[in-house]
Amino acid sequence: MNELTHRPEPGPPGAGGAAEPTIKVAALREGTVIDHLPAGTALKVLSVLGIKFEGAVTIGLNLDSAKLGRKDIIKIERREVTPQEVAKIALISPRSSFSIIRDFQVARKFTPTLPDTIENLIKCPNPSCISNSTWALTKFNVLRTDPLRVRCYYCERSLKKEEIELL
Amino acid sequence: MTTLRPSLAGRDLVSMRDISREDLLAILDEAVHFEDYERPILRGKVLGSLFFEPSTRTNLSFTSAMQRLGGSTLGFADAKVSSTAKGESLVDTIRVVENYCDIVLIRHPLEGAARLAAESTEKPVINAGDGTNQHPTQTLLDLYTIRQRRGRLDNLKIAFIGDLKYSRTVHSLIETLTHFDNELFLVSPQSLRLPREFLEELDARGTVYSEDENFFSIAPDVDILYTTRIQQERFPDPVEYEKVKNAYRIDRAAIERIGGNVTVMHPLPRLNEIARDLDDYPGSAYFDQARNGVTVRKAVLSLLLGVGRE
Repeated sequence: MNELTHRPEPGPPGAGGAAEPTIKVAALREGTVIDHLPAGTALKVLSVLGIKFEGAVTIGLNLDSAKLGRKDIIKIERREVTPQEVAKIALISPRSSFSIIRDFQVARKFTPTLPDTIENLIKCPNPSCISNSTWALTKFNVLRTDPLRVRCYYCERSLKKEEIELL
Repeated sequence: MTTLRPSLAGRDLVSMRDISREDLLAILDEAVHFEDYERPILRGKVLGSLFFEPSTRTNLSFTSAMQRLGGSTLGFADAKVSSTAKGESLVDTIRVVENYCDIVLIRHPLEGAARLAAESTEKPVINAGDGTNQHPTQTLLDLYTIRQRRGRLDNLKIAFIGDLKYSRTVHSLIETLTHFDNELFLVSPQSLRLPREFLEELDARGTVYSEDENFFSIAPDVDILYTTRIQQERFPDPVEYEKVKNAYRIDRAAIERIGGNVTVMHPLPRLNEIARDLDDYPGSAYFDQARNGVTVRKAVLSLLLGVGRE
């Protein structure tokens, strides 16, 4: 079942009637579900992905979550995220989970993992770094993931998660 | 013919972070054999020396090292006279210059320039300073001098004094010393403390250290005093500079007060951090550092070019 399901607290008597009122959004035939995003990060994730969407995109904000208390969730129709996009989201939300949906079935479910080297995703905040000149790409080595710490391959400055600015 | 360590032939020397403890010791061991060694083993080899910002000691000592081993150098000592002034990119400059030489030496004001240069050519690249980031042969000659003076690189009490915030020499030496077991004393004004990321690195590696503003807080049996120049341009407020500029001036009386058997080091140039009355003090090693710079650079050129001693 890959439906985006939200079960609100039961309303006052007579308000809905059903014992377990449920709002359901249509299931995905093909696409990606990004779940367990920390509440408030879904819009940032979409912005980071910068996807030109072909199908519907459904966003759930501030939903109940046993794991996180509150969470956001995104369903993207007819679009599978690329490894590069997964790495980007891992920088924002390392504990999110991804489900790739094919023919209504979860074909693959995974949590994002950061590669050892992150290329062209992070902007080096050091104005004297050669990567901020016109002729270099950006490259960061992941020193550790929890807490996240990366080091610019060029100027060797290390950054904490909150210091990371995405390109 | 000495057996060369193949792991170093053809390699770059961009950052001390790339150098393992084993490689580091191999370079220092090899350098011992290059004291006063002047055979022309590098005859026919050319060092392409690209100084995008000025340097006196590094440039001259590499030239001296190359010439003492029979090699030659070409290049420029000022970016204004290179094609960079015409807007040529660093990558293009390296791709052109690699055709003229066997090994590339680069100093550049932007951090990471040497890494980009190394990515752009198959020829070995030596970083002679990239902004405030790395200057690996300075670190090697410092370690060489410490071992020469104290006979070891571990179980030492080493004090770093002055500008610990901006000095790449200090950063690189402190980080490289984490390969060894030493106790560090970090003495600086509050505004020039060692940056957080280096302190975290010391914590992570289990290095014992203490921080203080007072020079006399260091242990009386300290082995090394590594002093640095406090640069006036780092202080937005000249009053603040005046307060600290003489705070860490070391003279004969100060040395006697903390014991007397201490090695005094400084990467030079000095302003007034080290009094002239220390120049003939037996523990003063700052001019040794300059001489050892040539020795260590001879070894580095020989190792990276894969040409052994005869």
